[in-house]
Amino acid sequence: MNFFDFVLQYWPRVVSGTGVTVAQFILATILGVAIALSMGLMKLSSSKLVRASAITYIEIFRGTSLLVQLYWIFFVLPLFGVTIDKFTAGYVAVGMNIGAYGAELVRGGILSVAKGQWEAALAINMTPAQRMRRIILPQALVNMLPPWGNLMIELLKGTALVSLISVADLMFETKQINSSTFLSAQAFGIALAIYYVLARFMVTPFMRWLEDYMARKMGRA
Amino acid sequence: MFDWKWDFAWEILPRLITATGNTLLAAGAGYAIALVLGLFLAIAQRTPYRGVTFVVRELVEFIRSTPLLLQIFFIFYVGPQIGIRLSPWMSGMMAIGLHYACYLSEVYRGGIDSVPKGQWEAAIALNMTAVQKYRRVIIPQAIPSALAGMGNYLVGIFKDTPMLSVIGVAELIHTANAIGSEHYRFLEPFTMVGIIFLAISLPAAGLIRLVEGRVRRKLGLN
Repeated sequence: MNFFDFVLQYWPRVVSGTGVTVAQFILATILGVAIALSMGLMKLSSSKLVRASAITYIEIFRGTSLLVQLYWIFFVLPLFGVTIDKFTAGYVAVGMNIGAYGAELVRGGILSVAKGQWEAALAINMTPAQRMRRIILPQALVNMLPPWGNLMIELLKGTALVSLISVADLMFETKQINSSTFLSAQAFGIALAIYYVLARFMVTPFMRWLEDYMARKMGRA
Repeated sequence: MFDWKWDFAWEILPRLITATGNTLLAAGAGYAIALVLGLFLAIAQRTPYRGVTFVVRELVEFIRSTPLLLQIFFIFYVGPQIGIRLSPWMSGMMAIGLHYACYLSEVYRGGIDSVPKGQWEAAIALNMTAVQKYRRVIIPQAIPSALAGMGNYLVGIFKDTPMLSVIGVAELIHTANAIGSEHYRFLEPFTMVGIIFLAISLPAAGLIRLVEGRVRRKLGLN
C-alpha cells in the first residue's frame, strides 16, 4: 500500500480521532482553569484549613503522574460507587492534573500584582471579593498568561494518555491503524504531524493572541 | 466501606518494590541520556552555522510539542521497519532521553545565556578553542543557574516513566496492571503506586531545592 492509498483509506479515522483529541483538550482546559483558579485562590486564603486542603490537592496531583491519576479515576473510583464513562474520566483526569500545576501559576500571578493596587482597592472601600474580581485578577491574568502557554501544550500532550483507557482519540486511532496495517512510520508519523500542527499553529498562536489582547485591554501594549 | 485488604497489600508489596527499582532505573538512565544529549542540543543552537541552528531549533520545538507516548510508540514500532530492532527498555530509554533532552536543552540555553558577555570575550582573548571555552569557562558558570530547571525535570522524568508500560517495560504501572488483572483487584495496586510516587517525588523535590540552595551559596550566588 503506498502512502496515498493509506491516507485515502484511513483519513476518516484520523479525523474522528483528532476531533476527540480536540474535544478532550477543550473540556480539560475548562476544568483545569476552573480548578487552577479556585485552588490558587484557596492557597492564598487566610484560613489555615482552606490553605491546607489546597496544598494537599496540589501536592497530590503534582507529586504523582498523570497516568497513575487516570488509572485511579477510571479503575478505582468505581469501587467507591463513582462510575464514570471513559470519555469523562479522560478529560477529568487531565483537567485535574493540569489544574494543580495551574494553581501555582495563579498564585504566583496574584502575588505579582503590585501592593499599591491592593491598598488602592481597600482605600476606595471595595469588598475583598470586588477587589479580587475587578482589580487583582485581571492584572494577575496578564502576568501569568505566558507560562499558561506552556501549560496548554502540556495539556494537549497529556490528552494522548486517555487512549490508554480506550478513549478513541488521535493516539488511540493511530495505534489501531498501526496494529491492523503494520505501517508504523506512516501511522505514527501522521499523528506526530497532527499533534505538532495543533500545538504550534493552533494552541500557541491562540495563547499569543490572548496575551496581546489582554495586554491591550489593560492598557499595557 | 473501602474494602481495602491489608493482607493483599502486603502480599503484593515485594513486587511493587521491585517495580519501583525498575522505575528508578528507567528514570535515572533516561535522565543521564537527557543530560548529555541536551547539552549538545543547546550548544548546537549557538554555532555560527545558521542551517544547524535552524534544524536543531525546529527539532527541539517538534519534540517538545508532541506527546511522549506517541514518541515511545514511534521509536518502538518504526525502528524494526528500518531494520533497527530495539528492546522495550532500549526504545523507552531513547524516547524518554530524547524527549527530556529537548526540555533540558532549553534549561541549558537559559543558563548559557546568563553567562556575562565579558566571560566569552575573556575566553577568546585567552586564545581558547571552542571546546575549551565551553568546558572550562561557560558551562561551569551556566550550570548553577540551570540547576533549578534540571532538578525539576529529574522529578518530571520520574513521573513520566509510567508511559513506558505501554511497550512492556515492567515499571510500576505495568506491574500494578498485571497484579490487577491477575487478582481482579485494582484498589490496592493503583493506590499503592500513587503513594509510592508521592513518597518519592515529594522528598526528591525538597532535596533538590536544598541542594540547589547549597550549590548557589557555595558559588557565592545570592
